[in-house]
Amino acid sequence: MESEFGATVSRTEEGAVVVMTGVVNRGAKEALESAYEEAASLPGRVLLDFGGVDYINSTGIAVIVGVLAIARAEGRDIGAYGLTDHYREVFNITRLADFMTIYDDESAAVAAG
Amino acid sequence: MAQLMKRRKTEVTPSVPSTPPVAESKTGTIDAIPIPTGDPLETLLLSSGGPVELQDLDLESEALDTIKSAGVDLIVPLIGQGELLGALYLGPRLSDQPYSTDDRRLLGSLASQVAPAMKVAQLVREQQVEAKERERIQQEMQVAALIQQTLLPKHLPSIQGWHVDAFYRPARAVGGDFYDFISLDDGRLGVVIGDVTDKGVPAALVMATCRSMLRSAAQRHTSPSKVLAEVNDTLVPEIPPAMFVTCLYAIIDTELGEVVFANAGHNLPYVRSGDGVIELRATGMPLGLMPGMDYDEKRYEMTAGDVMVLTSDGITEAHSPEGEMYGFSRLMSRVARKPSDGDVVAALVTDLETFTGKGAEQEDDITLVVVKRTSSAKTSALTFEESSQVLTRFTVASEEGNERIAIEKVSDVVTPLDLGTGRLERLKTAVGETVMNAIEHGNDNRPELDVDVEVSVTNHVVIVRVTDQGGDRVIPQAETPDIEAKIAGEQTPRGWGLFLIEQMVDEVRSMSNNGAHTVELVMNREGVS
Repeated sequence: MESEFGATVSRTEEGAVVVMTGVVNRGAKEALESAYEEAASLPGRVLLDFGGVDYINSTGIAVIVGVLAIARAEGRDIGAYGLTDHYREVFNITRLADFMTIYDDESAAVAAG
Repeated sequence: MAQLMKRRKTEVTPSVPSTPPVAESKTGTIDAIPIPTGDPLETLLLSSGGPVELQDLDLESEALDTIKSAGVDLIVPLIGQGELLGALYLGPRLSDQPYSTDDRRLLGSLASQVAPAMKVAQLVREQQVEAKERERIQQEMQVAALIQQTLLPKHLPSIQGWHVDAFYRPARAVGGDFYDFISLDDGRLGVVIGDVTDKGVPAALVMATCRSMLRSAAQRHTSPSKVLAEVNDTLVPEIPPAMFVTCLYAIIDTELGEVVFANAGHNLPYVRSGDGVIELRATGMPLGLMPGMDYDEKRYEMTAGDVMVLTSDGITEAHSPEGEMYGFSRLMSRVARKPSDGDVVAALVTDLETFTGKGAEQEDDITLVVVKRTSSAKTSALTFEESSQVLTRFTVASEEGNERIAIEKVSDVVTPLDLGTGRLERLKTAVGETVMNAIEHGNDNRPELDVDVEVSVTNHVVIVRVTDQGGDRVIPQAETPDIEAKIAGEQTPRGWGLFLIEQMVDEVRSMSNNGAHTVELVMNREGVS
C-alpha cells in the first residue's frame, strides 16, 4: 500500500522532534521507525509531533507501540504533542499515554525539556 | 480558405479556422455547414480514404451543394473508429493552382493525426458532461431523501393491546413512498400508506403536499372515503401532469378493533387471522388523476392475534436475479407465516432480501406498515414511540484504506445530528475499525466483495450497521490489550481494533445471517460529549 505518511526529524536544544504528517497506519511503520532511529541517534529525548497527523487507526497504534517498544529497550524517554482531543482520548484508553508523556502543545513540551 | 469541422452525433459543425490569413482578399472562413448523418456525402467521405476534390463531384446532397456554393474546393475528412468526426473545408489555393498530390498527401497525413485527438477530446467532453449530470442527480436525490426523512413519522404509535411497526428503506433513486400515523379523537388511529409516481424531488414534493392534505382532511372527516375524496379534489389542480398518488387510508378504532378503510389504487392490505390471510378490498382511483372521484369504504374487525400488513409496490415488484417478480401471491404466503419471534417486519424484509439476492440494487422504495392487535382489552391509551429512519446506505470495496471513505460518508450524515465533537469522533473511529475488520477479516481483502454500511437514526440513538460476507467466521471477544507485554516485545503490537470499537461506542451488536455478518454500532445521541 502506498504510504500517506511522512516523518521528518528536526533537532532541538534538548533532543530531536519527529514531525509527522498524514495517516498513521500500518503503512507508516518503516518511515516512523526510520525517523525515530534518526532522532534517537541524537542526544537527549525524542518528541513525537502529531500536529500534522489527521488519522490514526488501530494498525497505526500498533506502529506507535512498536516505536515505544524500541524506545523502552533503549531506555529513552518519549514525549508527544499536537494530538487532537480525540486522539488524546484514544491514547489514554489504549494506555499509550502511560508510556510517553503527552503535552498540550509544542511550547509545553519544550518547557518540560 | 480552410475550415475545421467538428462532428457531433447527428451533424458536422465547424470549429477552428486552421489557416491564418495571408492575403486578405483570398482568405476567409465560412459558417458551419453540417453534414447530416446518412447524407450521401457522409458515405462518400467515410469511404474516400483521404481528401476529396469537389470540382467534378456530383451527388444528390444538399450539404454538398451548400459546401460548393461556399467556395470549397477540397474536403479533408477526419475519421476515427469508422466515424466522421469532422472535416477540413478548403477553398482554392492562394496560387490558384490545383491541389497537388503532395498537398493532398500532407492534408491526409494531417487529418490522420488530428482525428484521434478530436475523438479523445470528444470523449473527455462527453465524460465531463456525464459527470456533471451524475453530480446533479446525486444532489437531487439527497434533497429528495431529506424531504422524505423529515416528513416520515419520527415515532410509532404505542397503543395498549396493539403493536404497530413500520419499515422504510429508500431506493438509491429515492421514490415517493410514504406512510403516516394520525392521532384522531376517541383513541382512533389513522394509518396512511402511499406511493407517488415518479422519483426524486418532484415525487418528494408531491408526497409532502399529499401528506399535509391527508392530515388536514383526516381531522375534518371521520370517513376514510371522504378524506380520500377531498384530498383527490384538492390535489388534482396542484399535481404536475402525469403524476398521481396511490394511497390507502385506514381508521382503526383501537377500543373495538374495527378498521374502516378506503383505497385510492394502492396495494391491498393483507390481514392474517385465525382463518388464514385475506385481502382487504376497496376500490378507488389514484389521487390526483381526475376530480369528483368516489371511494369505496369497507370495514373489518380485527380480533386479538390478527395482523394487518400494508406494503408498497417496491416489495411486490422487486425481482430475483433470474428476473422473477416477488408478487402478491408470494407476499400473501409470507404474511401467512407466523415468525417465531413475532417480528413480521423483519421476517418479510429478510424474505425479500433472500429473494432479490444479497447486495442487489434496490429497485424502488420499500415501505411496510404492520398493525397487530395483541389483545382485546379495551383501552385507548395512544402514545407514540420511536421509529428509525435510514440516513444513508452505501458500499465500499474490500481494499485497504477504504475504511476512510466509510468514515467520511458516515460523518457527512451524522454531523448534522449534533452528537458533539467527542461522540462524533468516537463514532468515526469505531466505524473505521469495524469497516477495516470487515474488509480484512470478513471479506479477506477481496476487492470484488463489498462491505455494506447503513446509518439509521432514532430520536435517541444513531445506529451504524457494517455487513461483510464472512458470516461463518468466529468473531473473537474484545479483550483489553496487554500493553506492557506488547511494549516488552512479548506480544504482537497489533490487536487493538475490537478493543477500540467497544470503547468508542455505547453498544456493539454482532449477528450473522445467510453468510453475511453484521456489526451494529449504537451511539446514544444524548450524553457527555
